Amino acid sequence: MSAQSMPARPAEQPHPKVPHQQGMPTALVGMLLFIASEVMFFGGLFATYFNARAAVPAGTWEPPPGGHLDLPLAAVLTVILVASSFTMQFGVWAIRRGDTGKLKLWTGITLALGVLFLIGQLYDYSMLGFGIADGPFGTTFYTLTGFHGAHVFGGAVGLAIILARAMRGQFSARNHVAVEAVSMYWHFVDVVWIAVFTTIYFLR
Amino acid sequence: MATTTLEPRAGTYRQSWVLDWLTTVDHKKIGILYILNSFLFFFAAGILALLIRAELAVPGLQFTDYDTYNQAFTMHGTIMIFLFIVPVLAGFGNYIVPLQLGAPDMAFPRINALSFWLLPLGGGLIFSGYLFGGAAAEGWTMYTPLSNAPYARNVGTDLWIIGLTLVGTASILGAVNFIATIFKMRAPGMTLFRMPIFVWTILVTATLILLATPVLTAGLIALFIDRNYGGSFFDPSVGGNPILWQHIFWFFGHPEVYIVILPAMGVVSEVLPVFSRKPLFGYKAFVFATIAIGLLSFSVWAHHMFTTGAVFLPFFAFMTTLIAIPTGVKMFNWLGTLWRGKLMLTTPMLFALGFLSMFLIGGISGVMLGQPPFDFHVQDTYFVVAHLHYVFFGGSVFGVFAATYYWFPKMTGRRLNEPLGKIHFWIHFIGFNLAFFPMHQLGLDGMPRRIADYDPNAGWTLLNFVSTIGAFMIAVSIIPFLINVVATFINGERVGDDPWEANTLEWATSSPPPPHNFDRLPPIHSERPLFFLTHGHGHPAERPEDLVEEELVDEKPGDIEERPEDLV
Repeated sequence: MSAQSMPARPAEQPHPKVPHQQGMPTALVGMLLFIASEVMFFGGLFATYFNARAAVPAGTWEPPPGGHLDLPLAAVLTVILVASSFTMQFGVWAIRRGDTGKLKLWTGITLALGVLFLIGQLYDYSMLGFGIADGPFGTTFYTLTGFHGAHVFGGAVGLAIILARAMRGQFSARNHVAVEAVSMYWHFVDVVWIAVFTTIYFLR
Repeated sequence: MATTTLEPRAGTYRQSWVLDWLTTVDHKKIGILYILNSFLFFFAAGILALLIRAELAVPGLQFTDYDTYNQAFTMHGTIMIFLFIVPVLAGFGNYIVPLQLGAPDMAFPRINALSFWLLPLGGGLIFSGYLFGGAAAEGWTMYTPLSNAPYARNVGTDLWIIGLTLVGTASILGAVNFIATIFKMRAPGMTLFRMPIFVWTILVTATLILLATPVLTAGLIALFIDRNYGGSFFDPSVGGNPILWQHIFWFFGHPEVYIVILPAMGVVSEVLPVFSRKPLFGYKAFVFATIAIGLLSFSVWAHHMFTTGAVFLPFFAFMTTLIAIPTGVKMFNWLGTLWRGKLMLTTPMLFALGFLSMFLIGGISGVMLGQPPFDFHVQDTYFVVAHLHYVFFGGSVFGVFAATYYWFPKMTGRRLNEPLGKIHFWIHFIGFNLAFFPMHQLGLDGMPRRIADYDPNAGWTLLNFVSTIGAFMIAVSIIPFLINVVATFINGERVGDDPWEANTLEWATSSPPPPHNFDRLPPIHSERPLFFLTHGHGHPAERPEDLVEEELVDEKPGDIEERPEDLV
């Protein structure tokens, strides 16, 4: 088992300088995997929600006394967030053509819509009349919507970085993987909101 | 036009080695940091284990009070699982996986550094409870409502939650990195079914981490909200459901068991073929068995909850028993590898064989526990403690030591001393069985887990005393190990690049490898590229066109074996 007994090695192939890249860029694979873990995270939160609902008799899953849910405001917020998904995608299509001006425009609009959503959600929280400590309804409502909001905030930070980098001219038609990754994340956050919205407001 | 050729000395500016290690993004250095950090936590949690065993040696309270004891077993379990076994295997994965794939580094080196540095931070937070009026004391499973605020007011429990959330985040980021590396960074020719088995087990493990750990994070956050913001997830006094915590915890916790064992199985599957001088018997069967264990692991969590009365027993008992099938397949893979092999009983091989025998016992007691009638009898007794130590310690930790002895020459260029290693193994092996085998009988005799004291008339004294002797033997066995590591690192035998005449690519570069890992790679036509490089060709999977291609690059003598006639 000593090195001396080792046979000499025959010829080896030269190592390629760059790992050959084909298919999806590595950064996007990483983002997709991260999103998969986020799906499981929200899966856990949804599980707590449905567990709490299943524990009360049918038809009695209501906001605590004195509180209410504001469906029209939530619907407006939904429209804002879904629209932001479209504007994000317009930005991605723009940079795929190499149109950096449109990228800046659409990313800026998307960021503004995201911030508008967060402001609307905080306003909504201030008007509902119940809190996180008001029984299972309050706890699960604020946890689900709050953690979604935290993810919108995270996505907005990502959008701000994209916007700043676009301002510095760091993206081109061939080199814009960060834009694609952030847009994936933003679409994911949008889809989660649609699930949260329909579950809380329509699944009665 | 300015030249784009890099100055060869670029990047080799002088830097203190401390700063170099603190800021490194090299997967090999990060892997070693993982391993060192994990062993520090191993020793800390081991000292707590000795405190527990010393207290239980004889009836009565000798060394601790009840609260200290509760903190000791809580921190022992938490630290051993989350800050020793999982990270140490991730550390070996970090060091070895890119090398085995023929890659220059992990896919995301900076995220790799982040996932490491979150570990000492999270572990420090978990431990820091001792500084703020007592660590968490509700058991590593942190069952509600015991861990709800009215019943566990200590800030240590909150620190435990925060620390574990950070450790879980580190795991998730590490898992993303491993999967991306395995799918995107393989060397040319390295197809999925030519990957070393260790890489396969890391791939399945990373997938389990990716999908199971976020659920624990959700549960931890819910518990934190319950404790600090008046939430009502788990506390029945405000409308919560304590069983929900058990569902969430074990939906993560049972995949976690395989997160802990699968990489150790991968290590053993690297070590056994090398020291049997044979390929792994049934490579593809092993891969599919690994995937099957990964899939089944998400449908068995409630076998931890049979006695709650809140789960459908036949389903979970059936799914649990099914896991014995792929695990049994693996047992035959290993036995078939050993069969008629030229066995070399080196220290890594001894630990791998120890893994086989100890994990077999743990697996069998696992099937017993999967049967509800038996489980109802021994739920929360020392039988469960015996089972989990046979799989965690007899399984995973034996795998960790096999990996340490096997890959130490790759990391340092020096082989650990064999006689000292064998002394370590035998004291460790005998001590392990003395410590944990009697716990089976204690459990059957009705001794509950997590008690600091017991009745002198219960008939448990002798076996507890034997168990304590075994625990201290394990501690003693660590002394030759530490001496071995330090002495070898300073002045050990230099053994070259490939001391074990191994099969996989990590041995095809220097020991320790250069920062970029490989100058040249051998052709990859099988899961054992190095074996065919050093022992000639003739793998049945090799196609004639590959041979032609190789003759073109064959330029120096040393191909010691003639190619078999049937392939020419």
